Amino acid sequence: MTDQAQLLPGTLDLLILKAVSLGPLHGYGVLLRIGQISEQALLIEQGALYPALFRLVRQGLLKASWGVSENNRRAKFYELTAAGRKRFREETEGWNRVATAMAAALAAEPEEV
Amino acid sequence: MKSLAYVRSLAAKFFHRSEVAQDMDEELRSHIQHRADDLQRPGISRAEAERRARIEFGGQERIAEECHEALGGNFIETAIQDVRLSIRVLRKSPGFTAAAVLTLALAIGANAVVFSIMNGFILRPLNVPHAESLYGLWRIQDDMSESYPDYIDLRDHNHSFEALAAYNITQAGLDTGENPISSWIEEASGNYFDALGIEPYLGRFFHASDEHGPDSAPYMVLTYAFWHAHFREDRTVLGRVVEVNKHPFTIIGIAPPEFHGTLLFFHPDFFVPLIDQGQIDGNDLNARGSRWIFMTIGHLKAGVSKAEAIADLNSIGAYLKKTYPKDEAQVTFELARPSLYGDYLGRPVREFLTGLMLLSGLILLAACANLGSLFAARAADRSREVALRLALGSSRKRILRGLFTEALLVSLVGGAVGLWGSVFVLQGMSAWQPFPRWPVHLSVNPDAHVYGMALLLALASGFLFGAVPVRQVLATNPYQVVKVGTPGRMGRRITAREVLLVVQIAICAVLVTSSMVAVRGLARSLHNNFGFDPQNTLLVDTDLRMAGYSGDRVPPMQKRMVDALGTIPGVESVGLSDQIPLGDTAPQTNVFTDNTSDLRPSNAAANPVMFKISPEYFHAARTILLSGRNFTSHDDKNSPRVAVVTPPFAKKIFGSVTNAMGGSYKMPDGTRIQVVGIVEDGKYGSLTEDPQPAMFLPVLQWPSTSTYLVVRSGRDPQQLAAAIRTTLRQLDAGLPVFIQTRSKELEFILFGPRMATLALGVLGGMGAMLAVTGIFGMAAYSVSKRLRELGLRVALGAQRKELLQTALGRAVKLLALGSTAGLLLGILATPVLAFIVNQATPHDPLILVGVVLSMALLGLLAAWIPARRALSVDPMRLLREE
Repeated sequence: MTDQAQLLPGTLDLLILKAVSLGPLHGYGVLLRIGQISEQALLIEQGALYPALFRLVRQGLLKASWGVSENNRRAKFYELTAAGRKRFREETEGWNRVATAMAAALAAEPEEV
Repeated sequence: MKSLAYVRSLAAKFFHRSEVAQDMDEELRSHIQHRADDLQRPGISRAEAERRARIEFGGQERIAEECHEALGGNFIETAIQDVRLSIRVLRKSPGFTAAAVLTLALAIGANAVVFSIMNGFILRPLNVPHAESLYGLWRIQDDMSESYPDYIDLRDHNHSFEALAAYNITQAGLDTGENPISSWIEEASGNYFDALGIEPYLGRFFHASDEHGPDSAPYMVLTYAFWHAHFREDRTVLGRVVEVNKHPFTIIGIAPPEFHGTLLFFHPDFFVPLIDQGQIDGNDLNARGSRWIFMTIGHLKAGVSKAEAIADLNSIGAYLKKTYPKDEAQVTFELARPSLYGDYLGRPVREFLTGLMLLSGLILLAACANLGSLFAARAADRSREVALRLALGSSRKRILRGLFTEALLVSLVGGAVGLWGSVFVLQGMSAWQPFPRWPVHLSVNPDAHVYGMALLLALASGFLFGAVPVRQVLATNPYQVVKVGTPGRMGRRITAREVLLVVQIAICAVLVTSSMVAVRGLARSLHNNFGFDPQNTLLVDTDLRMAGYSGDRVPPMQKRMVDALGTIPGVESVGLSDQIPLGDTAPQTNVFTDNTSDLRPSNAAANPVMFKISPEYFHAARTILLSGRNFTSHDDKNSPRVAVVTPPFAKKIFGSVTNAMGGSYKMPDGTRIQVVGIVEDGKYGSLTEDPQPAMFLPVLQWPSTSTYLVVRSGRDPQQLAAAIRTTLRQLDAGLPVFIQTRSKELEFILFGPRMATLALGVLGGMGAMLAVTGIFGMAAYSVSKRLRELGLRVALGAQRKELLQTALGRAVKLLALGSTAGLLLGILATPVLAFIVNQATPHDPLILVGVVLSMALLGLLAAWIPARRALSVDPMRLLREE
């Protein structure tokens, strides 16, 4: 638990979009999926998840519908809308650019300067 | 797409609020169930798993709230929630709420009234098209009046005005077939309505083309109000012939309802052409030296600046002076707003209202300071509640929003109540006719500007005093408060709240000082020597021209009137004068020393006020003859011209009073007049004037149709007035007269100072009230904060005096500090007051004592209840409670 990375601000939405892009999920499922795809490195506080989900719905990036979960319980499932998919692509590209740039910057050696 | 989703979520939330909440609850529950499914394993029961899941999940309420916020559209919803909560909270302390609302209602009401008056008098333009380019001509050396020939020259030779119109105000007898009435009229130049761009409501106006020389256009245009009141809006009056001063005039039109001339307060009954004024006033249209036209006005041409227009007028003025040296002195012009008679009324009114606005602004500020400290005290009292809410996961933002909602709620309700009250006051003022003899209306009904202003003030003050406790809330540390209780003492440093209180007390002291100065000044000016005795005197005011008298028929009629009134039982004496001191006009004329031969205005030795009186006048008015003789009935047309003058006149013309007796001086037409008596000095134009030269001439030598009868009698004024009316009707039933007591007539001149004193008094009273609540709030707060300490002291044997000192020492110190500052400021501000209220001086021990006493009294009043509470501290109970 202690070596989990702090989430950078703004990355929660992107992670949620990613999780949902892999298939419709209910809230708890999103949590599990993020843990799974980040190999438990990124754990999201349960309380922070729902406001984020609601925000994304409001922004029209996700849509929600009630269904039945694998545990045979009623649950609300989220999936990407068209706008959501578009936003997800853009944000991913943006993130990758930043990440590459950051990595390059941090890898710079004295002789390269 | 996105916005659509947003709207949908908003709409869903708004219209299906409980559904949304249920939905959210269910989702969160489902989450916990799923988590519990994962946690459940051998050794952990289902119940335990669910418990752990819930703990892991955290505060469900807070998350639900955050989700709610994330859904958007919360602003309105939380606002409604906040308002509901605030109403509940405020209703729990009705005393506090009522005090706060009342304080604000008074402050905002006062501001609304003052602003509305300012709006009505100064800000709102005249109700004529393009009022912004309408100016009146003002002779810098004199006033706005012109002679008819000068007006014609100015009208025809200027290049700056679209058209120059002129009008005069006068009184005339109107006979419509019933009893003749005395009415107020405007004599207007033919181009008057066209120059102003006014269209008739009914019929037609008169135009420049109707003028064909003196008395050539016997037409009359009624104002809507007069048509309504006198003719009951009868449309058939058009074309009717009525008599004005016994001359026939045809009613040709009705002016629109909103038009009543271009003077703000003055509402005439009808308009007649200026060219006919020979029939009405008997002024000479050709006399260049007789400046009887009240005002000349016109719209500047587009593209002509004020300075250009003034230069243009001045060049005409220079031409006039060169061409007519006998009649014209220096002629230079200024352009002035016509609505308040230029700067003559405009400047004092503007200055006074600005001062008043400033004062009422200060009142509002004081009220805000007051409420700010009340709210801060409340926030401190509620610090435990705030701390609990914070500990339970409420956000500081939310708590602050709640506080602001309370503040705004109070300010809006207070503003509404204040506005409601002010509308009543203003309607009363608008309906009020302060002078029965004059058609003066104060149109100060509130309009959209006033409502907007009140709303703005309410919101601003709500935010202002709502902001006071913000820091306090932000600094609240929930754990500290819950653990230790409210901090007992905040230390000795001076808090912002105390500074506010001192400022407020100072403001109050300024107001109390200035209202006392004003009241004393007014009281003293009423006991001035006016040069006559206003007690036990009735004034009968008429003009014989209204009943068609002129020339040789006037003096015998005047003599008959004086004699007839003298026979009424109970009448001690009756005198006659063409005008009266401190009346509506004090006519002036140039006079010259006896050895001046070139009688042009610039050579004049003095410009005294002039009264034409009957021999009995001095006795009836109780004006004391200092030396020489009174007039007799032998001082008539056939005997040498004589005068009785006042000491200032004597000094100005002859150097001393002794030289004046028997000396001679000249009138502008060259008539030599010999001084035969000296009477005491008096006030003639206003109560604030410096000693002015004045002369009295025998009315038999200088006939005048304008007639004031001064009737001295100890009888009841109403009975006497009825008797006078009957007597005069027997002499001539067609002569309208106006009768009122001399004191009532004086009210006209006292109106300004009275209103000023009243306004200051009201504001001073409000300031005092605010200071009381402010000190009370502060003292009560400090006592309640230190109850425990006080209890301890009592337990340790403290005396009552020491207790009081601890509890209230600081409040008393602040009070003393604020009062002193206010008193000094008030004294410094007196010169401003002296401008309005005669003899306003702070160098009056009574005022100093009065201010100190009243401030002390206010302090005592305010500290009474907190002091009682401090003294009744029961240490046992307090210690037990803690």
